[in-house]
Amino acid sequence: MDESISKKPTSGVVGEASYIELYKQHHESIKMHSTEVMNNIRDDAFAQFEHLGFPTVALENYKYTDLKTALTIDYGLNINRIPIPVNPYEVFTCDVPGIHSYLYFVVNDAFYPVNDARNNVLPEGVIIGSLNKVAEQHPELVKQYFGNLSSTKNDGLVAFNGAFAQDGFFMYIPKNVILDKPVQLVNIMRSDVDFMANSHNLIILEEGAKAQLLVCDHTVDDVHFLSNRVTEVFVGENAIYEHYKLENMHVKTTNLATLLINQKASSNVLANVITLHNGLTRNTIEIDLNGENCETLLCGMVIGDKNQQVDNFTSIIHNKPNCNSRELFKYVLDDMSKGAFTGKLYVAKDAQKTAAFQTNKNILLSKTAKMRTKPQLEIYADDVKCSHGATIGQLDEKAKFYMQSRGISEKEARLLLMYAFTSDVIDNIRIEALQDRIKMLVEKRLRGELSKCEGCVICQ
Amino acid sequence: MLEIKDLHANINGKEILKGLSLTVRPGEIHAIMGPNGAGKSTLASVLSGNQAFEVTHGSVSFYGKDLLELSPEDRSREGIFLSFQYPIEIPGVSMVNFMRTAVNEHRKYKNLEPLSATDFLRIMRQKKELVEMDNKLANRSVNEGFSGGEKKRNEIFQMAMLDPRLSILDETDSGLDIDALRIVANGVNKLKTSENASIVITHYQRLLDYIVPDFVHVLYDGRIVKTGGKELALELEDKGYDWIKKEVEEAI
Ligand SMILES: Nc1ncnc2c1ncn2[C@@H]1O[C@H](COP(=O)(O)OP(=O)(O)OP(=O)(O)O)[C@@H](O)[C@H]1O
Ligand SMILES: [Mg+2]
Repeated sequence: MDESISKKPTSGVVGEASYIELYKQHHESIKMHSTEVMNNIRDDAFAQFEHLGFPTVALENYKYTDLKTALTIDYGLNINRIPIPVNPYEVFTCDVPGIHSYLYFVVNDAFYPVNDARNNVLPEGVIIGSLNKVAEQHPELVKQYFGNLSSTKNDGLVAFNGAFAQDGFFMYIPKNVILDKPVQLVNIMRSDVDFMANSHNLIILEEGAKAQLLVCDHTVDDVHFLSNRVTEVFVGENAIYEHYKLENMHVKTTNLATLLINQKASSNVLANVITLHNGLTRNTIEIDLNGENCETLLCGMVIGDKNQQVDNFTSIIHNKPNCNSRELFKYVLDDMSKGAFTGKLYVAKDAQKTAAFQTNKNILLSKTAKMRTKPQLEIYADDVKCSHGATIGQLDEKAKFYMQSRGISEKEARLLLMYAFTSDVIDNIRIEALQDRIKMLVEKRLRGELSKCEGCVICQ
Repeated sequence: MLEIKDLHANINGKEILKGLSLTVRPGEIHAIMGPNGAGKSTLASVLSGNQAFEVTHGSVSFYGKDLLELSPEDRSREGIFLSFQYPIEIPGVSMVNFMRTAVNEHRKYKNLEPLSATDFLRIMRQKKELVEMDNKLANRSVNEGFSGGEKKRNEIFQMAMLDPRLSILDETDSGLDIDALRIVANGVNKLKTSENASIVITHYQRLLDYIVPDFVHVLYDGRIVKTGGKELALELEDKGYDWIKKEVEEAI
């Protein structure tokens, strides 16, 4: 496994300098092991990264994501695409009862070749596979979309991804095709040494298409990991897209994810991001409503303890009239954990009749846990219904006593209350088998029985 | 079964119970009446283990056990039940889940196996009928959006599920319409045996027409200042509390 690692030439140098040097020395290998479509934007992305660097807490949008410590670690990268000796299809057998998904893996930063019979029966025209490979087979299709959302972002992590990502997950659902089963993408971090993965996912739903994607992030080995993933999603007119993300990673992981969704008229999007267990997590989620009559529901939930940190930075951009968006995030934080939530809501001048509601509720179980919540409303239209609300509190003592007075132990009462608190986020999972499974996992997590990553909780 | 001796209790440093004594034996029904703010609910809270109240003096024993040493949940498992004057809403916790957890914790305390889902639902159905509780309520979150009367009915339903040895009903009659009052009182009477006992806190003699007490106590200024039979309730209904207050003041 060691030969697969490209050590940074300036080992020990903190921050971006070593990566800038790495790119300068190895950009040809990076390009050689990637594809034209991705390489087209690579040098520009690098130039942008050179200019921006990694985000620091001095930036308003990264005030609560402190990457300093994570960036002192000397991560290896797999620039020369040496195969990782693991067959996830053998190692992982999914046991979400009844989920029957189309199952795919990205091991570190590389799409793992499909060798599961279940995936051979995709509906006609549907393409799911390695972004790198599909870009060779269908360059026109990929070119039409790749980078459209990400390359305009003025963000150090996105720029870094543009420079270093060589592959990723690709999904294309043609016009009016409805995927009968959810697609499951398992991101596995597997390495014997501290390791970094950059991947770029591209998801395209044409007009009237429908798909559900479940992304599971998890770690296998007990080393430091940093993953920096960018996902672009294009949702066509009248299309329906559901994006679930379940994060269950160990505490030595820095998990940076940018999810960019572009909605066309009358499309319907549900995104639900659940952090069950992690180290440091940053989710940047931006949903742009670029057509009328869009429906958007963005939910998320965090269960944090120890020193875990989660920053969900969300933006919903209403560019067109008559769209509805709802946002619901809940955090349960214990020990020294830190949570942050930003809910940016932008309503353009002619996005009249916008209805947008945002809720962020948080429970702090210890005095040392911290939560920062920040609604950020910019409303330029005058005929809109918008509201936001944020609360930070403790468990309801009266409710706890009421339960105890019925013979329920204090521990169980707390658990029931925490579980109840998160239930409306879980209710917004529209895959029944997944909902049941997540209910069980959340309960287990709240009971403290899921205190470390146990491999993929969904799949093992 | 219950022996309260010279009980003193504070909230936020203010003394509310000021030397209260009361003995309850199996099979008895005790009514406690008294003016607003006298300390009736405080007594109920102290007996059920509400930590907001601090016991500064006195003792409470329940079947020989020191009740004040027990956690609220153990008091419940020992057989004390409080029907709250103001039941609490718990959004997101379903009645079924709440009751099943409670019943099974009681069973665990008695070294019994948890109830099977079918047995539990059967018992739940029987007890719902006892208080004529709407099925829809049982499928909702605990007390969430229940009307005042529905909440009170739900308290008695829970009492039926947990089959306590001593039930303390704190103004269970307030907020009930005339029919509901009869139904709830009937429920309480049906649950009555020679082995269990009730403390019924009320302002109105009307409830005592249905639930006939063996003793009526007047709680005033943190103490029981007068005890009589059920006719005392009628007298109070007639004359109010002034004469009692006067008696107390003269005695000092
Ligand atoms: N949390 C609290 N903080 C301060 N004082 C309190 C608190 N709870 C109760 N008290 C006071 O204790 C006294 C007794 O209250 P309690 O509720 O026991 O009265 P009660 O006899 O049940 O009255 P009611 O008939 O109105 O229900 C009142 O003066 C009340 O204001
Ligand atoms: Mg009271």
